Amino acid sequence: MNMPRFWREISGRYNLIGSRCGNCGEYFFPKRDICPKCHRKSMGKMESVKFSGTGKVISYSIVHDPHPAYSDMRPYVMAIIELDEGPKLTSQIVDCEPEDVHTGMRVKATFRKLAEDGKEGVIFYGYKFKPE
Amino acid sequence: MDAGIVSYGAYIPRYRIKPEEIGKVWGEDGAARGKGLGILAKSIPSPDEDVITISVEAARNALKRSGIDPQEIGAIYTGSESHPYAVKPTSTVVAEAIMAAPDMTAADYEFACKAGTAALQNVLGLVESGMIKYGVAIGADTSQGAPGDPLEYSASAGGAAYLVGKERVIAKINGMYSYTTDTPDFWRREGQPYPSHGGRFTGEPAYFRHVLTAAKKMMEKMGTKPEDYDYVVLHQPNGKFPRRAAKKLGFAPEQLEIGLLTPRIGNTYSGAVPLGLSAVLDISKPGDRILAVSFGSGAGSDAFDITVTDEMEKFERKRAPLVSEMVENEVFIDYAAYVKYRKKIRRKGE
Repeated sequence: MNMPRFWREISGRYNLIGSRCGNCGEYFFPKRDICPKCHRKSMGKMESVKFSGTGKVISYSIVHDPHPAYSDMRPYVMAIIELDEGPKLTSQIVDCEPEDVHTGMRVKATFRKLAEDGKEGVIFYGYKFKPE
Repeated sequence: MDAGIVSYGAYIPRYRIKPEEIGKVWGEDGAARGKGLGILAKSIPSPDEDVITISVEAARNALKRSGIDPQEIGAIYTGSESHPYAVKPTSTVVAEAIMAAPDMTAADYEFACKAGTAALQNVLGLVESGMIKYGVAIGADTSQGAPGDPLEYSASAGGAAYLVGKERVIAKINGMYSYTTDTPDFWRREGQPYPSHGGRFTGEPAYFRHVLTAAKKMMEKMGTKPEDYDYVVLHQPNGKFPRRAAKKLGFAPEQLEIGLLTPRIGNTYSGAVPLGLSAVLDISKPGDRILAVSFGSGAGSDAFDITVTDEMEKFERKRAPLVSEMVENEVFIDYAAYVKYRKKIRRKGE
């Protein structure tokens, strides 16, 4: 992962900071500068919002052929989660057995290590989700 | 002292290993080892947990209970002997993750198992002097034990965070006392993955001398006796040492038991006294008096004389998990999974 890019995304990764359009009221994650629905009308009206960190599993997959950074956790669950405010995001589900994950399951955000840039590189942290 | 504990939060990873499982691999009677140490199981961080994630979760739990604006936090100090980085602080990640940055100061502390209480003393000093309004002190570890070393039976993971301020104090600090000497009982040299220790030398001249002296001098300073306290929390490298120390000091077993977590989760090092004190605060009521004494190899002890205030009646403990709930949330793994999780397997390219 590119370090400056990750650094720019810290507010979203650490604290689930997204946006709310001041024109139509829709919530977005990650942050947006312009509302894709209101376009010009949303300019200067996009507000930063900290999401509650709770939501439900919309869809999920049990990964048996992992990304190298996740090989210690095989098999693990990646899920699409709908936050209570509306936006959807992709995250690993931790602190439960893969067979216990189901669609509609309530989850909450937790702070975990996402990856590391080798033995000498930066460690990347951010949200993952676990059963509420 | 006007500065005191405004809130607190704990975190213990859910994975556990039993001494029997460790002993089986090294040809030892693990059950007997566990019995000798007074340890039934120890906690293990999952592969995506470390001192930074444990510190963040503990600090967030403290903030959930307090309801203060994190921007009012003026200092965050994290004590640990397993900071993920040798250079780059744990505390800056915590500061961003609890939204306390950037108008504040942060640093990491290291003093073996007492780095967390050293952080607490420093935050108390900053708040008491009026230099900051609120401060956060954290003690957390994912402690290391070399494969086959006796430490492997006890070195575990966990931590707790303390929010210190002068307003809405739930636990008043009546006094502090520290006892410090140069005693090489346990150490880890720069660049070494596992610590070394003096075996039996870690007992009498190290743990007992420092803990007993700090506890006695704290009580002398306050004019108190063991029976004046409802609870005592002592550093707990195993289940045996704190029980023996409490007895020598004249405390009854029931004063010690609530804050003695090592039998269930192992030695959380810098997290040990902070977690034990959290377990006591989870059940304490206004007027309860607590003596807490940490110990860090190298060596030193920090003693705190604490009284729970009337503010505890209004304090919303249930907004975050209790220590007892985290102790009960346990998933046992075998030694093979343990060495994988603790990254003790040498892989291709390493």
